[in-house]
Amino acid sequence: MRYGLYPGCSASGTGIEYGMSTKAVARRLGIELVEIPDWNCCGASSAHNRDHLLSIALPARNLALAEQAGLTDIAIPCAACYQRMKASERAVADAAERRDVAEVIEMDIKGTAKARSLLEVFANDLEPETIQKSVVKPLKGLKVACYYGCLLVKPAELAIDSPENPMMMDRLIANLGATPVDWAYKTECCGGSLAITRAHAAVGMTAQVLKYAKLAGADCIATPCPLCTSNLDMRQKEAEKVLGMELGLPIYYFTELMGAAFGLPAEELGINRHFTEATALIKKPVAPAPAER
Amino acid sequence: MKRIGVFVCHCGTNIANTVDCANVAEVAKDFPGVVYSCDYKYMCSEPGQVMIQEAIREHNLDGYVVAACSPRMHEPTFRKCAERAGMNPYMVEQVNIREQCSWVHADKTKGTGKSIDITRMGVAKVAQNEPLFSTTIPVTKRALVIGAGIAGIQAAIDIADAGYPVTLLDREHSMGGKMAQVDKTFPTLDCSACILTPKMVEAAQHPNIEIVTYAEVEAVDGFVGNFDVTIRKKARYVDVNKCTGCGLCSEKCPKKVASEFEMNLGTRKAIYVPFPQAVPNKPVIDAKNCRFLLDGKCGVCKKVCPTGAVDYEQKDEVIVERFGSIVVATGFEQFDISKYEEYGAGRIPDVITGLHLERLMNASGPTMGKIKRPSDGKVPEKIVFIKCVGSRDEAKGRPYCSRACCMYVAKHATLIKEKIPTSKSYIFYMDVRTAGKNYEEFYARTQNEYDAQYIRGRVSKIFQVGDKLIVRGEDSLLGRPVEIEADLVVLAAGMDPQQDAKDLARTLGISYDQHGWFTEAHPKLRPVETHTAGIFLAGACQGPKDIPDSVAQASAAAVKAAGLLSKKELTAEAQTAGCNEAYCSGCGLCVAICPYKAIELKRISERVHGGTRERQVSSVNQGLCQGCGACSVACPSSAMNLKGFSNDQILAEVDALCQR
Ligand code: SF4
Ligand code: SF4
Repeated sequence: MRYGLYPGCSASGTGIEYGMSTKAVARRLGIELVEIPDWNCCGASSAHNRDHLLSIALPARNLALAEQAGLTDIAIPCAACYQRMKASERAVADAAERRDVAEVIEMDIKGTAKARSLLEVFANDLEPETIQKSVVKPLKGLKVACYYGCLLVKPAELAIDSPENPMMMDRLIANLGATPVDWAYKTECCGGSLAITRAHAAVGMTAQVLKYAKLAGADCIATPCPLCTSNLDMRQKEAEKVLGMELGLPIYYFTELMGAAFGLPAEELGINRHFTEATALIKKPVAPAPAER
Repeated sequence: MKRIGVFVCHCGTNIANTVDCANVAEVAKDFPGVVYSCDYKYMCSEPGQVMIQEAIREHNLDGYVVAACSPRMHEPTFRKCAERAGMNPYMVEQVNIREQCSWVHADKTKGTGKSIDITRMGVAKVAQNEPLFSTTIPVTKRALVIGAGIAGIQAAIDIADAGYPVTLLDREHSMGGKMAQVDKTFPTLDCSACILTPKMVEAAQHPNIEIVTYAEVEAVDGFVGNFDVTIRKKARYVDVNKCTGCGLCSEKCPKKVASEFEMNLGTRKAIYVPFPQAVPNKPVIDAKNCRFLLDGKCGVCKKVCPTGAVDYEQKDEVIVERFGSIVVATGFEQFDISKYEEYGAGRIPDVITGLHLERLMNASGPTMGKIKRPSDGKVPEKIVFIKCVGSRDEAKGRPYCSRACCMYVAKHATLIKEKIPTSKSYIFYMDVRTAGKNYEEFYARTQNEYDAQYIRGRVSKIFQVGDKLIVRGEDSLLGRPVEIEADLVVLAAGMDPQQDAKDLARTLGISYDQHGWFTEAHPKLRPVETHTAGIFLAGACQGPKDIPDSVAQASAAAVKAAGLLSKKELTAEAQTAGCNEAYCSGCGLCVAICPYKAIELKRISERVHGGTRERQVSSVNQGLCQGCGACSVACPSSAMNLKGFSNDQILAEVDALCQR
């Protein structure tokens, strides 16, 4: 299987573990990820607040480059990148918008490259058996709150799953041997976009997400979003203060959990880089990893 | 050449202000064939009509044009007027110089010019008119009512009381419909069963009513006065004639399943009557759950039945019967709340619907009328109601108001307070709509005397924490988010059409709207008729309705149906389509396009060059044809013509317009 890869800026910065684990897991599953040559920022954090054309042209350039490289399905780990790329893909389906965009990016765009969330690729394109076969160290007994955040499921037109009760990641996590918990905050906003401008408000929102994961009995949270992760992971101490309760919830990228279940070492997945201690839950590999395909 | 008269009407000042009527009449004198022309203030009035009749006699007219209002308004008037003067009513053309001229033009010259033009066209058309004669069709004096809920029952009783035999059909095992599931009714709070079951019994014992339950309409052929209806009576596996309704079989049946009637809150057996007051009170075996029918084991019911009524071999029975008119009263379905995932609906057991609550409050319901929440049987103290779930929500594809929810929520809040005096109800609403007799008063009482707290705003999320339900919403009057920890949440689910309503509509040849509600012929003036003659609508199948409205409409439909049955024979539409067999190529385009299934292909044999040849031509059933004209437009060989609107007549009008 061959996919285009749009890593986005987070894969080498705040979400470096996401980038590392994505590559490690794809390699283990025999999925070829081809990075889009000369990709640029998708403008996720601010472009859409400034200018519509800018907000669709930035991602469109990446889609156009992917097109030229003959890539059709673009796997996008970051939820924010996914949403902007998808929005752009939809926008350029309209002839007039496509013309405007082509003019600014000075490139033709046909719309053959499709924006796909990495979560969707792993959860939907692969047969459950393929995942199960790669699992050498089932995450038995690990209770996981799957946190989708808002960007992958809202607005409904761009959603990869139900906007209110998505189950895609839950199924994937279950295939790793872990137990997804039923909880109510799957798609509630963690306050990511306020994290810098109104940090106090953001912490309040983050705290709610963490609280309900904890109340649902989760040992940890799994996410597909670098922004959510940094909020939930980095601000956990502050959240504990707001809530007056102890949390200690490791925040994993779902790819880290996949990697752990596949028996990959924590260092290769970046699990040792978390703010909230995360290695203890995912112990050293018990069985030798199978030969790479 | 025909001798034609022209009568130009002023409609008081309605027309005369913008059209120079005298001038129109003057110019018309020179149109080909016109031997008399005049104008008058009110042509439809008594003197106006007398004037027309005198002119017909005096000038020996063959036909006339009246230039006046829309033919929708007065065409029948002027046709009758002609008839009284001994002229064939179809020798009259009405042209519209009011809606099409005076009302749309401000300029008198323009208005007058256009009036002259369309009058000229009318004259050209009349010159081509032929007398038409209506045929008559006999009426089968029996009615079929589909759906035995409260609307169907009422319609059946009313028709039967008028003296006509009625077949009342329902696909469930018992009559009663949704009303049978309801505990109490608003605004009087009388017990639903106490007013419904006597009606059911009345219908069942009425000498003119035949009840057919557990049966469905499969096909409808024929036309007004003579519908041939194919009915499938599903196998009950119980011989109703032998069964005495003793109930021994249900008692002994070892198989328990969730009861649909109890909204899955209680259980029933595999052989069962849906509820104790069911009519007919004879059980049915649910083939999907019966151990004997599934794998040949068990057979207990047959063993214990004292009359030998159980019959595992029974098959569906298909019958065809003829009816003069049909009343459709198939009702509604409760909206499927699982579409609101944000409310946890379908996942959280204590998030229930209004109908669930009805069963929980009902004395013969699964909890004997004690309100207990489904998850753990605890008596709820804090209850949250959410209105407009599946109503007035474009995002869920339900833009319409379900009309009954505002009132049933008020009723629920009242009854809960009576049953659990320490409880507190919170009601999230968008608007409160109480447009019925004594409804507003009831709503006020719910607030003032029963302490229900109304919160204006929508709920965005419901989730469970421990044994509490967290209801998070907005109070849009305070402009603040609110959160309530509730024990039970009741969603006021709206009304959906029956899932298969569209199929039934196709079977019956009636129309439905984008949601699947059956459409009436005219929303104001013909609210209980369909576009198909002889088929009438009653109750919620036409759109959301509460009980009083359903019953009122059912009686209206019954009057229409009985009125039709009271006729000796029906006059068939004279302006129907007809096929010129000489031109017809038998392509069948008209067959496909006719919305009333009035056209069939038939074989004819004709003599050609001494031999006989067989070929296919189309033929119109005059009883079914509604004169819409779709076929004549579709016909590529001009073989199909609508009488009164033939190709020749229309082209004559066009010619007249072009030659001015
Ligand atoms: S016939 Fe029509 S236009 Fe003439 S007076 Fe009557 S309503 Fe008015
Ligand atoms: S006029 Fe309309 S109803 Fe009559 S046969 Fe033609 S298509 Fe059918």
